[in-house]
Amino acid sequence: MNGARMSTLASLRGSIARIEAPTDTGLPNRIALGHAGADAMLRGGLAPATLHEVFADGHQAGAATGFITGLAGRLSPRKPLVWVRQDFSDRENGVLSMSGLTELGLDPRLLVTVRAADVDAALRTAADALACDALGAVVLEVWGNVRQLDLVASRKLTLAAQAAGVSALLLRIAATPIPSTAETRWIVRAAHSPPGSASTVWGAPRFDAELVRNRHGPVGRWIMEWKCDECQFSEPPAYPQPLAATPAHRPHQAQARAVRLAS
Amino acid sequence: MSGLPLPLAGEVKQDIPSVVVAKDHNAILLHSIDEAAVSAGLSVGLPLANARAICPELTVYDADPAADAKTLDDIADWCDRFTPLVALDAPYGLFLDITGCAHLFGGERALLQIATGALSRRGFAVSAAIAGTSIAARTLTRCASGTIAASGEEAEATGPLPVAALGADPAITTGLRRAGLKTIGDVAARAPHEISARFGAAFTTLLGHALGRGDAPISPRKPLPDYIVEKRFPEPIATDTVVTLTLQSLARMLVAAMDKQGKGARQLEASFFRTDGAVRSIMVETGRPVTQPELIDRLFRERLDSLNDPLDPGFGFDLIRLAAGRTELVVQQQRDLDANVHDNDRLSALIDRIAARIGGKRVVVHLPLQSHIPERASLALPAQHHLAAAGAAAWPERVAGEPPLRPLRLFERPEPINVPFATVPDGPPHQFTWRRALHAVVRVEGPERIAMEWWKQDGASLTRDYFRVEDAEGQRFWIFRDGLYESELTDEEGEPVPAKWYVHGLFA
Repeated sequence: MNGARMSTLASLRGSIARIEAPTDTGLPNRIALGHAGADAMLRGGLAPATLHEVFADGHQAGAATGFITGLAGRLSPRKPLVWVRQDFSDRENGVLSMSGLTELGLDPRLLVTVRAADVDAALRTAADALACDALGAVVLEVWGNVRQLDLVASRKLTLAAQAAGVSALLLRIAATPIPSTAETRWIVRAAHSPPGSASTVWGAPRFDAELVRNRHGPVGRWIMEWKCDECQFSEPPAYPQPLAATPAHRPHQAQARAVRLAS
Repeated sequence: MSGLPLPLAGEVKQDIPSVVVAKDHNAILLHSIDEAAVSAGLSVGLPLANARAICPELTVYDADPAADAKTLDDIADWCDRFTPLVALDAPYGLFLDITGCAHLFGGERALLQIATGALSRRGFAVSAAIAGTSIAARTLTRCASGTIAASGEEAEATGPLPVAALGADPAITTGLRRAGLKTIGDVAARAPHEISARFGAAFTTLLGHALGRGDAPISPRKPLPDYIVEKRFPEPIATDTVVTLTLQSLARMLVAAMDKQGKGARQLEASFFRTDGAVRSIMVETGRPVTQPELIDRLFRERLDSLNDPLDPGFGFDLIRLAAGRTELVVQQQRDLDANVHDNDRLSALIDRIAARIGGKRVVVHLPLQSHIPERASLALPAQHHLAAAGAAAWPERVAGEPPLRPLRLFERPEPINVPFATVPDGPPHQFTWRRALHAVVRVEGPERIAMEWWKQDGASLTRDYFRVEDAEGQRFWIFRDGLYESELTDEEGEPVPAKWYVHGLFA
């Protein structure tokens, strides 16, 4: 190996090291989620104007919808939100309830819902909406494993989001994660309410959010609570936790392995 | 104005007579006949058996009023090229209001010839006439096709015609003939009060209209658009490029026309007239008045791209028309200082584009409704028309510090769940099966009792007891029991029956 090639290799290695170098300071323009652990791992929070994916664990549509609503609320608090969904999704998982949305702290006045007949129309509509910089975020809700949502489609969504500065949020229900160009990918399931007395049975929404892809750092898994009043995520208040988790919410072995392989 | 009574289309050229028959009071009668049948001595209204006796070799077709109406409608579509005001005169006639249109075709005579010539070439038997009033024109078509009666000269034109041309009730026509009044002129010569005493006031009015005294209004098929621009082609065009370019130039012309009066279009319709007579109309709507030709062009391109059956030029289009069906005054807003106005403009442009492609009803905004029934608490309305209303809507404020009491996802139709038992009859379940999966209930809050709107006509349904439940996995459901135990849920003998349970929503 001659010297010229060695030096090329060395400079390439150097630039890779520069790209991958962890910086302690938070990246600019990050929007904090409010959950300290997750924000630290994401180096300041979620990046706006790019693609984020949220997968529902199994068929747990409620928790994933709540989580993505929270992300949308964080990323575009006072700008219009376009929610694109399939006709089928309405019947399968129910329509978005405006009273529920209000109670989570979001404003139904800013919501425009688009019902597309199929995935192709939904994708095209979402790409169209991402080009409109008057919006704050676009949520695209897709049910099941669809072949249209491949690497090319997610690349298109990412580019559209970057060009106009609109955040793209992809909600996948009953789907397995596949490679994509998303900035972050989350798998969300419902978390138990804290054990407590009968009078405080019902609390804020809690998510068991697993970050399985993070383009700029490590991944992790946290229990997050959505603060409806402050419109942000937070750590759950400390409470006596059982020593061993009950087997009920331990993920299935095969499923967990599939997730690791895909990410 | 012209009417087009259509006897049987003269497509069959043989000498064998053809007739169309229809059933009338359990008798099969001749409905319409062709020329060969006329020369064989048949007449409309003759029973089919008699017709066969007169002329044994007869080709018989069944009447199809629906297809006739469709054909008439298609002809009316084709006639849109002459004037926007085309009215149907069922079953066989059309009224065209050609006021101010005739000069575009080289005068009334030339227009009459173009219309009748084109229809005759397609095999229709046509008779047409032009007169100052619609009824006079219709009377002329019946017996004096091709007549053009100038305004004020209707009486001279219709006077010599037989009374049957008026198209009045057959009893009246027969009565007039028996009274010795053979022509319309004869009837007009009698004093009006004599005629109306014998035949009724309606007939006197009809007679007056036929003589050019007053006119019955026609009811056009489509409302008159506010602005129309069109382009005619001496040689039919068929390629997409030319169609697109034509639409662009038409959009510029339309905007220039609207701009003079400070108007913008809310509803646009492009009509493509094919050389073979087929007409295709494509409509787009916008949320706010459009004043840029580029926007109009883009909306139509979106719409044309997404058509289920694409625009088929066939042998080419010879006329493309762009009409602004509804226009509004454009309020000029100051743009530079108020960025919000600008944002709303872009949002409504986006909504227009999506609506043009996938349909206006698929893009919705949400408005609050005054109802405590969960599924009726909000209303989804087309975003194009209600964007401003939705932006100013007053939603009920959320109570600070309260956890969510309503689910985030609500099923449009509550889904039945299987509850094996409840400890107390009106208590919450311990477990339930939803979509074939068993959920063990670990936490419950409730009941929240929601009574239906009994004061409404359709509101008399069962009271619901809602529970918020959490299962072993932490999923939260909103379930309800339909009906109150022992008061609403009883059989005929008053014995309690098991309740039905439903899941209505999912909490975050």
